[in-house]
Amino acid sequence: MALKGNLRDFSTTQLLNLINLARKTGKLAVDGSEKNAFLYFREGRLIHASTNSDDGHLTTMLFRTGRLSKEQADAVHSRSGSSSDKVMGKYLMETKLVSRDDIVQGVKDYMLEIVYDLFTWGEGEFHFEQDSLPGNDRITVPLNLDNVILEGSRRIQEFDRLQDELPDLGRISLKITDKPLRDVKLTQDDWRVISHIHPRNTVKQIAQNNNMDEFQIRKIVYGMLQAGLVELVQPEGVQQRKPKAPVTRAGRRAANQSPAEKRSVVTKLIDRIKRI
Amino acid sequence: MVITGPFSAGKTQFISSVSEIDVVTTERKIASDAERVKEETTVAMDFGRITVDDDLVLYLFGTPGQRRFDFMWEILSEGMLGFIVLVDSVRPETFREAKHILEVFRGYATTPYVVAANKQDMPDAWTPEDLRIALKISKDVKVLSCIARDKESVKNVILELLYSILENMQAEEG
Repeated sequence: MALKGNLRDFSTTQLLNLINLARKTGKLAVDGSEKNAFLYFREGRLIHASTNSDDGHLTTMLFRTGRLSKEQADAVHSRSGSSSDKVMGKYLMETKLVSRDDIVQGVKDYMLEIVYDLFTWGEGEFHFEQDSLPGNDRITVPLNLDNVILEGSRRIQEFDRLQDELPDLGRISLKITDKPLRDVKLTQDDWRVISHIHPRNTVKQIAQNNNMDEFQIRKIVYGMLQAGLVELVQPEGVQQRKPKAPVTRAGRRAANQSPAEKRSVVTKLIDRIKRI
Repeated sequence: MVITGPFSAGKTQFISSVSEIDVVTTERKIASDAERVKEETTVAMDFGRITVDDDLVLYLFGTPGQRRFDFMWEILSEGMLGFIVLVDSVRPETFREAKHILEVFRGYATTPYVVAANKQDMPDAWTPEDLRIALKISKDVKVLSCIARDKESVKNVILELLYSILENMQAEEG
């Protein structure tokens, strides 16, 4: 089944959150106005990323992330020709141009550069191809999406999107989920927000207590929400809407029925629907 | 029973598939170009009926999908047994609206509800599992595959809602 749409309607944050929670494996292709991005995932973790603006080979990644100079990258590339990234990586380590850590970190940084850029795209048709993986010649490095979502949300510049997700900060409060915090990289501001989470504190109060403006608190809460670290709850003390007394004859009759009578009505309905 | 959901989710079709009467509908020609994904839309409500016996009739009310008719939602939700949120699985641009409608109806009443992922026969349909995450629907709420044109599929959605209502009644009785 497809996972198709436009980032205008379903943002990068929401998309990565879905891939993360559903532990999806496959390729996400996004057609942006200026370039196309291709992200690969294995069981909900980002393993590879590329764009159509460069060849995405290891030497390019290492050059783009400052681990090889342009001359070194060109020389290695022309020498290795059409060798796979894995062969090229081995060659780079043997010639001591870079270490293994440089390669892993270079691939990671390159992937993150692409994916963080994607968070700033307001539009772009996307399509997820289930089970499509990068070629065996590519070097893959698995990255936990929780941290990517948190960091990416900090880069969102569209206030409207944040407002849609969190409409009224004065009427919502936060609850920390049971997802462990130890594996996620939280900033000082994130911790300041977490330290004020209490059933009685609305998000607006948390912002006021921390001297944060609305945009700042929305970005932090949105990121933590999408990464599954917190959930929205109604603040303690806010009155629940009371159910109205039924005004229709059928409504009044239903309200006066005993539990057994109500059950019997539903059972009759079930039998009737089955016979349609 | 109330059938709700965004504009063009398939509510009128859903009711038509199981109603014993021709659906009493209040469709009007669409004036706005932006909403012209179909020729007509419901402006007040759709109304279908399933008779059980002389004393018991199940009424199916379809809400208007466009937000400018949302004053009808609360009226239709009064005294409802439960509600079904129909989502167009091939139009992610309507998911945000579906989430909004879901929240509004949850605010009206604490009656059980299910989410029906409609148009599952179409190649670009999002799966019910993906829709659950996209709409942030908790695990205790059913998200069901649905094809509103198919009577059996509609029956299944209504039955699942009735089972949820029954379970809810039993849980309330302790």
